[in-house]
Amino acid sequence: MKPRSSTKAFERVTEKRAKTVLRLYIAGSSARSTTAIENAKQICEQYLDGRYELQIIDIFQQPKLAKDDQILAVPTLIRKLPAPLRRFIGDLSNRNVVLVGLDLKKK
Amino acid sequence: MPATLPRKTARARKLPGIEKAPSGIDGFDQITGGGLPRGRTSLVCGSAGSGKTLFAMEFLINGAVECKEPGVFLAFEETADELAENVASLGFDVESLVAKNMLSVDFVKIDRSEIEEAGDYDLEGLFVRLNHAIDSIKAKRVVLDTLEALFAGFTNEALLRSELRRLFHWLKGKGVTALITGERGDGELTRYGLEEYVSDCVISLDNRVVDQVSTRRMRIVKYRGSAHGSNEYPFLIDETGFSVLPVTSLGLDYSVSTERVPTGVAALDDMLDGGGYFRGSSILVSGTAGTGKSSLAALFADASCRRTEKTLYFALEESSGQVCRNMKSIGIDLQSWQDRKLLQIHAARPTVFGLEMHLVTMHKAVEEFQPRSLVLDPISSLTTTGNPSEVKSMLVRLFDYLKMKQITCLVTSLTSKPGFEETDLGISSLIDTWFQVRDIEISGERTRGLYLVKSRGMGHSNQVREFLITSHGVDLVPVAVGPHGVLTGSAREHQESEQRAQALHRQQEIERKQRGLLRKSKALDAQIEAMRAELAAEEEEARASADESTAREDRLTAARALLSENRSAARSKNGRRA
Repeated sequence: MKPRSSTKAFERVTEKRAKTVLRLYIAGSSARSTTAIENAKQICEQYLDGRYELQIIDIFQQPKLAKDDQILAVPTLIRKLPAPLRRFIGDLSNRNVVLVGLDLKKK
Repeated sequence: MPATLPRKTARARKLPGIEKAPSGIDGFDQITGGGLPRGRTSLVCGSAGSGKTLFAMEFLINGAVECKEPGVFLAFEETADELAENVASLGFDVESLVAKNMLSVDFVKIDRSEIEEAGDYDLEGLFVRLNHAIDSIKAKRVVLDTLEALFAGFTNEALLRSELRRLFHWLKGKGVTALITGERGDGELTRYGLEEYVSDCVISLDNRVVDQVSTRRMRIVKYRGSAHGSNEYPFLIDETGFSVLPVTSLGLDYSVSTERVPTGVAALDDMLDGGGYFRGSSILVSGTAGTGKSSLAALFADASCRRTEKTLYFALEESSGQVCRNMKSIGIDLQSWQDRKLLQIHAARPTVFGLEMHLVTMHKAVEEFQPRSLVLDPISSLTTTGNPSEVKSMLVRLFDYLKMKQITCLVTSLTSKPGFEETDLGISSLIDTWFQVRDIEISGERTRGLYLVKSRGMGHSNQVREFLITSHGVDLVPVAVGPHGVLTGSAREHQESEQRAQALHRQQEIERKQRGLLRKSKALDAQIEAMRAELAAEEEEARASADESTAREDRLTAARALLSENRSAARSKNGRRA
């Protein structure tokens, strides 16, 4: 029983320190892109409290990255860290789905 | 109105049809008159494992290699490495083309489990990636394999459909020749109705199993703005890739040859007007089991190789080694011809694949080997894979094709009813020269009789010949005709020996008579000789006596003269001597 409890403790510590790395892919400056950026920023500020990194990438500017990250639908929000990788597609207006998916809220 | 016709054809020629992008796939470009419609989107659909991906890949690779048109392959189901490996087994080097910027393979991963939908979205990412891939290598051809994966990855079908419509529109605007693949659906060409968006060209691939034998077929469902073959064409996927063979009857306008091809049996040539078969003709040897059909076929092949003409031998019931061994027993060494690359034996059970497939493989083998003669032994076993009418239709096409290529072709057929002058397949009308080899049973033994049922375009023997298979080949001997009809085998030999005995008897009789005559003439000669000697003796006698009498006469005359002198002297001198 001892090892498990120590692992848990370790996880608790790292979770606090770990940064959430998010990447938001958008397509140009469409209304949908703008909504997605706004929603993403709000979620981060509200729930991640400075422990996050949000990269916003325009696929028109960087198509190579779109290929590497397997982007099909836009907007797409990818949680790079912590693992596992998570993807959200859409303008993130369905905030509940995003929060549950990012483990920021229980179902 | 004969004048309107040329004008009409001239107009038809002047208007160019739609431009086409050659696929480089054997046969497909013939059916479609040039390939896929250039600058448009085509759909190739079919069930799982029907060859859609391969077709699409070949379209790109051939385009890159032969037409110097770079291509983009957007794969939704396989990763780039998997795809490269899969087609490498068919001899395509994807990696080197990618390195040369002639091909770009992009794997689009859609994993439903890691995607959450949280609001409105569109598929701009797909467009951007496609655009990037096209622009980076200046691609002219694009393959999307298979778009239906999108339906599994995204729940909003209405959005997907509008995006697909936008995609096809965009592809057209981009000026690329696109090919998309689609899985066959229930009663529809594709499961998600992709054909709805593709209006220019739809190709359906099919892998049908009938009687446990599968045949791949292709059909052009539609091709807007272009004439195309509308049949189902069998196709082949082998180690060289995809090949469609438009195997249709080509009509009866091939050129014919009057050149003769020896049969391999001198006596048989004699039956055929002394020359043999016509080059490019079709020959049928039919008969019941064990009548020597294959031997005749092998002799024909052997004779062809002897003339250093390449020969293709399709053995449908024996392996190549078995054919060689069996024919060696009658003195035909097929193996050495094989070693010298003059003979190719293709052995395949008829059931390995469907009839159309057989035809296609035969075509392919003929195209590759370019033989002058061909043997198919036996055609009757093809009925195990198709009904007789299908087999007949296949053979019609095979014969037409071979005639067009001026290949002399000998086929054998096993008939079940001995002596019945009809092949089980009803193909006799396709045949130019038809032999029947028949069992003849007389006095407890089986022998073989060979008839020439027909031989178009040449005088030929109407006689039955006995067909002898010996360790040094095949021979034909005239049958004996006795009081009880035609005799073969021992009966013939018996008849012949009887005839020989009779002949000997007659000969002896004649000799005896001749001897008698000789004797008589000798006796006569002797007699004549004796008489002649007698005559000579008599003549001698006569001559001697004539001489004597002359001498006597002379003496008498002299005596008389003396006397008369004496008398006159006596008269003048009166008794005194002068």
